[in-house]
Amino acid sequence: MTEVLVLIDAPDGKVTKPSLELLTIARRIGEPSAVVFGSADNAVLAEYGAEKIYTYDDAAYGEFLVGPKAEALTQLVADKSPAAVLVGASTEGKEISARVALKTEAGWIGDAVDVQSDGGTITTTQSVFAGNFTVKSTITQGAPVITVKPNSAAPEAAAGAGTVEAVTADISDAAKTAKIISSKEKAASGRPELTEAAIVVSGGRGTGGDFTAVEAFADSLGAAVGASRAAVDSGWYPHSFQVGQTGKTVSPQLYVANGISGAIQHRAGMQTSKTIVAVNKDDEAPIFELVDFGVVGDLKTVLPQATDEVKKRKG
Amino acid sequence: MTKIVVAVKYVPDATADRTFSADNTVDRVGVDGLLSELDEYAVEQALQIIEAGDGDVTVLTVGPEQAADAVRKALQMGADAGVHVQDDAIHGSDAFATSLILAKAIEKLDYDLVVFGMASTDGGLGVVPTLVAERLGLPAVTYASEITVDGDTVKIRRDGDVATQEIEASGKLVLSVTDQTGEARYPSFKGIMAAKKKDVQQWTLADLGLDAGAVGLDNAWTKVESFEPRPPRTAGEIVTDEGDGGTKLVEFLAAKKFV
Repeated sequence: MTEVLVLIDAPDGKVTKPSLELLTIARRIGEPSAVVFGSADNAVLAEYGAEKIYTYDDAAYGEFLVGPKAEALTQLVADKSPAAVLVGASTEGKEISARVALKTEAGWIGDAVDVQSDGGTITTTQSVFAGNFTVKSTITQGAPVITVKPNSAAPEAAAGAGTVEAVTADISDAAKTAKIISSKEKAASGRPELTEAAIVVSGGRGTGGDFTAVEAFADSLGAAVGASRAAVDSGWYPHSFQVGQTGKTVSPQLYVANGISGAIQHRAGMQTSKTIVAVNKDDEAPIFELVDFGVVGDLKTVLPQATDEVKKRKG
Repeated sequence: MTKIVVAVKYVPDATADRTFSADNTVDRVGVDGLLSELDEYAVEQALQIIEAGDGDVTVLTVGPEQAADAVRKALQMGADAGVHVQDDAIHGSDAFATSLILAKAIEKLDYDLVVFGMASTDGGLGVVPTLVAERLGLPAVTYASEITVDGDTVKIRRDGDVATQEIEASGKLVLSVTDQTGEARYPSFKGIMAAKKKDVQQWTLADLGLDAGAVGLDNAWTKVESFEPRPPRTAGEIVTDEGDGGTKLVEFLAAKKFV
């Protein structure tokens, strides 16, 4: 079996759920090899199928933007000739992978929601035009470099050898020109990360700026909180929580839209969600065209009642 | 003196019926198009940088004949000059081939900064700025929410998901800016009149020293095998809140095993 390189994201050493999803997808193609800049919980990587774990330890990977990581990964691809390279579809993941694909003259796929391998041919699935079309693609040149969106597979444990191998790379001066002067961590909300969450509860113009009811309902379900562009532009909720064309694209098991009309810009960010529920005062809001279940009513009374009901059922 | 190239894209209107042509490429002819909304923020930032200091802005696009509309809009906003790369062989070019054409055109122009919007509103991958930077051998600072140019140094604030970063770079640089950088201006009447006299150069692949074999649909490193419209969502159940809307909502969630 050939190797599949999987770029691992592990802030503070903790391997993220999308990284575990990548390891699971990698096993459909070949033997997963984890690639780690800094350190990660190697036991978890092995538990989810990593046969090898390549680790890089150099301050340059943290001090500069993606340049050094892209150069290191490119050298690893040249050295190992993998069947594919899988990277999470985060901002950094896309930048690293695109540079690697260009340097190795290999086909690149952005935002795959599914990756399948059939007799060595890798086919990816992407969702385009605000989720209105599904496109299937293949790679015609090089070792495919594929960025995969979170929630594209359920992580499955499958013990791998997890053999750790420290690697070094030659980093050019050109890769060290944009320096990160400071990085301030945002305060943790205690809620799941928006793009990774199984349930997203979001609020829009209909909140009138008060997200209390939306947040309380989200917390009762253990959900992430999202916001529409109207809510973000009004300064009611931070931009990093915006769902839609100019914000995040989410594809959770359940999406609950509250006081959101459902303009195309918003739909672009959520319409591939498995189940969609909406609460809106306006019975003609376009969001109701998408929903599996909708309540025409005021979110300020509907949500608190729903929150109490969830708590009651959970005991 | 900061010389800025702003790369913009002519995209199908997101509110129109966007679809694909018979060869699995995005239909750019049979649908109304316009300057990608997200690129207006790039034009705006470039204009603000030269207004705060000294310099000029050249707007660059690659696309079919109608893409001239995107250049014109940017000139009306205040860009100084335009370049439109148009060639039949470009049809079907993916992000990688497009980045090659852009990089060659940018190299032909004199520049200090290259500014992009955060992503197009059609393909939406946001990867072209990175690819152009890679081809030019430059760093790319993407998704900038604030840019300050101080002589040869550019300071950028980036609001990421987990952290806010301050980044500093000197020398030539590729940037992409988010819609958080600030509202883009509307063209004034004066701007619209002035744009008519501004110079728009028409370049072909030959002008860039590029061979048709380097771009286009048949030379992509990936291939679209198929596309299909997403099945329409079946109409769901809509209830009107009569004092029990919240309870009914949770009953639905419980039936679906979310609670």
